[in-house]
Amino acid sequence: MNTSNNREIKNDKDSILELANSLRWDVGPNYYDELMESIYKDAAKIADNAISIADEKTGFDWDRFLDKLLTSRVSGFPIMLLILAIVLWITVAGANIPSGWLSTLFLDKLHPVLSDFAITIGMSWWLKGILIDGMYLAMAWVVSVMLPPMAIFFPLFTLLEDFGLLPRVAFNLDNLFKKAGAHGKQALSMSMGFGCNAAGIIATRIIDSPREKLIAIITNNFALCNGRWPTQILIATLFIGALVPPAIAGFISAMAVVFIALLGILLTFLSSWFLSKTILRGEVSTFSLELPPYRPPQILRTLYTSLIDRTIFVLWRAIVFAIPAGAVIWLLANIQVNEVSLAEHIIQGLDPFGVLIGLNGVILLAYIIAIPANEIVIPTILMLTVLSKTLTGFGEGAGVMFEFEDLSSYQTVFAAGGWTLLTAINLMLFSLMHNPCSTTLYTIYKESRSVRWTVVSALLPLLLGILMCLITAQVYLLFV
Amino acid sequence: MKSKNRKQCAECKKSSTDHLTRLGIHSGKYDFTVALAGNPNTGKSTVFNRLTGLHQHTGNWPGKTVTRAEGGFIYQEKRYKLIDLPGTYSLLSNTRDEEIARNYILFGQPDVTIIVVDSTRLERNLNLVLQILEITEKAVVCLNLVDEASRHQLKIDEKKLMRDLGVPVIPTSARNGDGIPKLLQGIHEVVHGIYPCKPHRIRIESEQLKNAIDTLVGKLDEIYPDLPNTRWVALRLIEGDQSIIQAIKNGTFKNLVFDQTKKEEVIVA
Repeated sequence: MNTSNNREIKNDKDSILELANSLRWDVGPNYYDELMESIYKDAAKIADNAISIADEKTGFDWDRFLDKLLTSRVSGFPIMLLILAIVLWITVAGANIPSGWLSTLFLDKLHPVLSDFAITIGMSWWLKGILIDGMYLAMAWVVSVMLPPMAIFFPLFTLLEDFGLLPRVAFNLDNLFKKAGAHGKQALSMSMGFGCNAAGIIATRIIDSPREKLIAIITNNFALCNGRWPTQILIATLFIGALVPPAIAGFISAMAVVFIALLGILLTFLSSWFLSKTILRGEVSTFSLELPPYRPPQILRTLYTSLIDRTIFVLWRAIVFAIPAGAVIWLLANIQVNEVSLAEHIIQGLDPFGVLIGLNGVILLAYIIAIPANEIVIPTILMLTVLSKTLTGFGEGAGVMFEFEDLSSYQTVFAAGGWTLLTAINLMLFSLMHNPCSTTLYTIYKESRSVRWTVVSALLPLLLGILMCLITAQVYLLFV
Repeated sequence: MKSKNRKQCAECKKSSTDHLTRLGIHSGKYDFTVALAGNPNTGKSTVFNRLTGLHQHTGNWPGKTVTRAEGGFIYQEKRYKLIDLPGTYSLLSNTRDEEIARNYILFGQPDVTIIVVDSTRLERNLNLVLQILEITEKAVVCLNLVDEASRHQLKIDEKKLMRDLGVPVIPTSARNGDGIPKLLQGIHEVVHGIYPCKPHRIRIESEQLKNAIDTLVGKLDEIYPDLPNTRWVALRLIEGDQSIIQAIKNGTFKNLVFDQTKKEEVIVA
């Protein structure tokens, strides 16, 4: 293209823009309103033409009734809490029995068979150790401990989501978020975080202001995720439920988990407020939130998709991370330095600090091993407790087995590890407040494009968790 | 006799979906591109899944789809590429989602745009429909959630709507798969020109604005004879839309689209 041609095109462009500029002055400032008005008018006319209302008298408006009830200042929160408590109670009550079946199958029946088989084909002891006592056992524990609560909790949660409950939760919380200096839409990304924090962080894209988006990203970790609900449910069932008569044990355990979830929401507000007053100061933006209609959930389809999308997805992720973790655990438990295993060296090294904050060395090591996925924390704790030779009551180290008839067998393992009520409470607190899993951290990095904010997102909950556990431990020790 | 039988059969669900092969995210050459637009939470992702056989996570949740999804299907031996655009209430403001949707429909020039509409909130949804019909000639309105509407005692006369909007209007309940064969038929008819779309254009009452638009349209037609929708571009220029002003300054309009709608990974929540 030659220069004169170029200039001509350039002139054309300029003349269009100039013309547009002068016309903009002609039409004046009401241009946008006039255009919108024309659109609304046309839309209203067309809609009026097409719609007829069939029969007015079949009159009870369920949607309006439910919205009044669920978003009312008085009844909104109590009803939401009640629903959450019922869902958790069903999970707690229902998970016990299948969990026992799976443990019996995978741990009591299959494990010895595999062990014998490995010996028959002449597998060397260390290879058998890594494969059977490390990888297989970790996987078996993940399946038997995690699958039953997930298979019950996720479908119920998805049903509530389909029904349209989560946006109402968001609606109720919107005002509180604004008071905390954050964006009201953070209520939505937080609700998504109750499923998966990585998904919740992706959902923060609906927030346009970078400041408010960062607040939503950093605090999303306080929404209990798929990987942590089962941990909470298990520990609550074993320790909190055991404190009360069996008849109300399920209910009390469920309430304990509700309490932790609420604490998470409270922490979301407090930390959002803290951030918006310190390092992320700025104006609050406004927005409008549309409440979706209630839709009768399609039960079978929901069961199917939540089984595929959530249960199998999360379980698979847990297994994928558990298998290498199993190998690491076995190696730690079996590599000896000065006649003591590496695992014990580390556990004993971490123990003083662990005990100070009401946990123990095993739990801290488990959290380090489980950085890739929260789902494997409990299985890792179980394996470390069993494999670690410090627990003399439990046989010859690697490959020790119990009779896992029901959940209370796990309690025996924990008791052997020196657990108290304080350990359980602090584990629940620590599970709520610690660094996000590696997937979430990676997502935070991708969304914020900043190492600095990723580090903040990891350290803020971790430091808060340690502080909280320390306080709880000191208070507990005052009274017990 | 034989042809009559076939015609009857085309009405029933099984036979019509027989012509449909879901391709998932299979890439390759496509004969037609189809954009999927609509207000948030109207069931775009459900329609998307129905057509492509994919399992984009759906939820009763405005803004569930934050990443753009692409998929494909074959209908009556033609290959279609389907693009799920972010849900928006309007195309006139400058949020990121609206820009993506607007620029894709305007500059990506899909062969047809499916506008998914929530039947229970028809009037509000029509605001967006009218705006989309301003910028594209070829569209099909998917009147979704009709089962919901009838639960709310709402009756919608799709024939009247079709006449007023000038494009095919197909009642569906995507969750149950009702109306999907007819939707496919509608897409087929529009892309092949069997159904002549005469989209409704917004009636602008202000004489001044009307004249201003006409002047600018004349100029645009002169300089960009290939531009498909000069009226909308004129509207946006008068509005002072920076992305369009920039596009004119930099030269081609086309580049806009490919920059803003890079394929992003779909994460299942």
